[in-house]
Amino acid sequence: MSEPTLPRIDRRAAMKWMLAAAGTAWLSVHGQGAGPASSALGTTRSTTGGYGLDPNLVKSYHPGDFWPLTFTAEQRRLAAALCDVVIPADEFSPSASAVGAHDFIDEWISAPYLAHGADRKLVLEGFSWIEAQADKSFGKRFADLGDAPRRQICDEICFLPNATPAFAEPARFFARWRDLVSGGFYTTPEGMKDIGYRGNQASGTFEGPPPEVLRKVGLA
Amino acid sequence: MPIITADQAKDSYDVVVVGSGAGGGQAAYTFAMEGAKVVMLESGRNYDPREETPMFQTNFDAPLRGAATPDKPLGFYDATVGGGWSVPGEPYSNASTNPKEQFTWWRARMLGGRTNHWSRVALRNGPYDFKPYSRDGLGRDWPVSYEEIAPYYDKVEMLIGVYGTNEGMENTPNSSPGVLLPPPKPRVGELLIQKGGATLGVPVVPVRRAVLSRALDYRTIPAKLHPGNPAAQRVLAESMQARAACFWATDCGRGCSIRANYQSTTVQLPPALATGNLDVITGAMGYQVTLGVNGKADGVAYIDKATGQTRRIRARVVVLAASSCETVRILLNSKSAAFPDGIGNGNGLVGQNIMDTVGASLQAQIPRLEGLPAHNEDGAGGAHMYSPWWLYRDQLAGKLGFARGYHIEISTGRRMPDLGTNAGLEGLTGGSYGAAYKQDARRYYGSFVSLSGRGEMIPNRNCFCELDPNLKDRWGIPVLRFHWKFSDHELRQSEHMHQTFARIFEAMGGKAVGRVGRDGYEGIRPGGNVKHEVGGTIMGSDPATSVTNRWGQLWDVKNLFVADGGPFCSNADKNPTLTILALSWRTSDYALGEMKRGNI
Repeated sequence: MSEPTLPRIDRRAAMKWMLAAAGTAWLSVHGQGAGPASSALGTTRSTTGGYGLDPNLVKSYHPGDFWPLTFTAEQRRLAAALCDVVIPADEFSPSASAVGAHDFIDEWISAPYLAHGADRKLVLEGFSWIEAQADKSFGKRFADLGDAPRRQICDEICFLPNATPAFAEPARFFARWRDLVSGGFYTTPEGMKDIGYRGNQASGTFEGPPPEVLRKVGLA
Repeated sequence: MPIITADQAKDSYDVVVVGSGAGGGQAAYTFAMEGAKVVMLESGRNYDPREETPMFQTNFDAPLRGAATPDKPLGFYDATVGGGWSVPGEPYSNASTNPKEQFTWWRARMLGGRTNHWSRVALRNGPYDFKPYSRDGLGRDWPVSYEEIAPYYDKVEMLIGVYGTNEGMENTPNSSPGVLLPPPKPRVGELLIQKGGATLGVPVVPVRRAVLSRALDYRTIPAKLHPGNPAAQRVLAESMQARAACFWATDCGRGCSIRANYQSTTVQLPPALATGNLDVITGAMGYQVTLGVNGKADGVAYIDKATGQTRRIRARVVVLAASSCETVRILLNSKSAAFPDGIGNGNGLVGQNIMDTVGASLQAQIPRLEGLPAHNEDGAGGAHMYSPWWLYRDQLAGKLGFARGYHIEISTGRRMPDLGTNAGLEGLTGGSYGAAYKQDARRYYGSFVSLSGRGEMIPNRNCFCELDPNLKDRWGIPVLRFHWKFSDHELRQSEHMHQTFARIFEAMGGKAVGRVGRDGYEGIRPGGNVKHEVGGTIMGSDPATSVTNRWGQLWDVKNLFVADGGPFCSNADKNPTLTILALSWRTSDYALGEMKRGNI
């Protein structure tokens, strides 16, 4: 009977994985190309500080649960104001800041994963530009401005293809900011209801599209 | 779920199964139901879908609103535990640094493996798919025919539950009467794609997915699957009764706590464990098949991850179902005087003929889907409709420039909002923000559809894996090094997918979002990225040109079997899971017969 070949492993390596098994943060080992060149992934694993490969999926989480947040009180005030420029309250739903979109964005730009570092830079530099504009044009903090001056600043940067070269970088910030605010808002219960998501309900049957939907698209 | 530790394992078993996914789950089920004493080694942790599945959690409950991260590359709620494109301490390598020649390897480290998160798209290979070489002179034929596998497809579909229809289409086989569950009604976007496709001759029919659109008939199915075995029938009937029908909510990629879709942890392992014939050791990474003095396999060596110790388990029969490439790795690491290059590798074919699925997707915005009355489109937690390959004749006549087909998977609808739902709308809105943006978001929500091609890749000499001469995992075990290069068949097929999708979108009155690929590389996903990697231990009728025989049995070692995707001789466009299940059941039946006959 042949004995299994024992894998060769030195003492230092043994210590290393025992620490890992014990839950201590450690440097992960990768082969070359251990992630796809393209695809939704687009980032490489950070060595520490994320939620790991086996988080509890049935718990509810909040910004700050896994990694420290970034915004100062003044930045958070600006973030809330800028959230509400993108998504103000209307007759159907509250504003983005009223449902915590700015806290989600703080969580997002503070995340330890590589791709989030780029958003962190973009957002914080965008904040500086916005405050500088508010100061230059109105001598105030952006959050202290009324709706019209806020829009006056944002109109210049709300659509990248129309932005003049001097406004291209802040326009890139605003495009990303709008997506983050939108994501932060439309994933809340209020946002999902507003947009018309009616799923996530247990049901005995699935009826398919109602007749008025089929009529509207010309299938009935 | 009752799980044992390495210390609690018995001295020896009839069968050791390495891996607990589709192949391993089915093998353990078949052996245990027929009375064999089985031990299963799973390298990941125990996982109980009944307790751990996020059934109604929304992205609001998740960190980063559920977005994909390197820790959870398919999103926070994807069922995968302990894995992804990279697993800490368990590296692999690519031989080339050329970005077009990369292989990406998805692994799960959990009981049930990838069956916990898969799409549940359960398609049969057709008659052509088992004899591709005979049809067009490329690749290789299987040593088995569709007719030989068809009874196992019926059995598997009855066991796991598959919804769909019999359309009688070319190379898209019907199931036997009464086997399939009724398909769910199409969503409005799926109906529009069907209508648009029809103008181009692209058929759109109900897809087949392993989801219980109604409860399984526990009164009649067990006797069909286990004739003459009342104990197995009783155990299976109880397990089937415990599986609820789909309640039309929750994406299947999260897994299913009510056991309404197929994952080995809800379908095969509960009844197999209920027989009392199955022990499962989790955190047990098999790395080598051990040999007895008679030249037969006598068990498996594994790392007990909890202690880091090397252990071994003895058994009369060894079944490898670790996933195609991990099985290759185990065989290549099973070196001895008798097998200096690894068991089964005397002809150098272990690790050769690795195939993935050709994947390319395109999204479009469809004006007719704008501003629809709000309604619930969750449905069966995945697609209801798809397009089977439709150009067999043109292709055989050489009109397409690539030799094998693809099917189209469809994604539409008013899905649970995530961070991408209203992202990047500027092209439609001209950069609106404020009250106008809220109106735009309401208007465009649900108006996007996505088509994904899933195509057959032909095996080629440039796609294989071997042991990396230097790199080892954290336990010192040599790891795999991949070589990868698509041929023109795959690249032209990917290009055809994009062009076809763009035409379907136009026929629907919509427009592709993003660039329509004119070069196959623009659309095609990297090797392994569709996670359908098969081959590496291909079956055949000649020991000189294959690793296993028609039963998945190693030519060189009669009591050693492969029951994952490794023995696949081709990788039809049909997603491999259903065929892995059918082959594993058949392999296990054969091994049971050989055990009874005293041959192994």
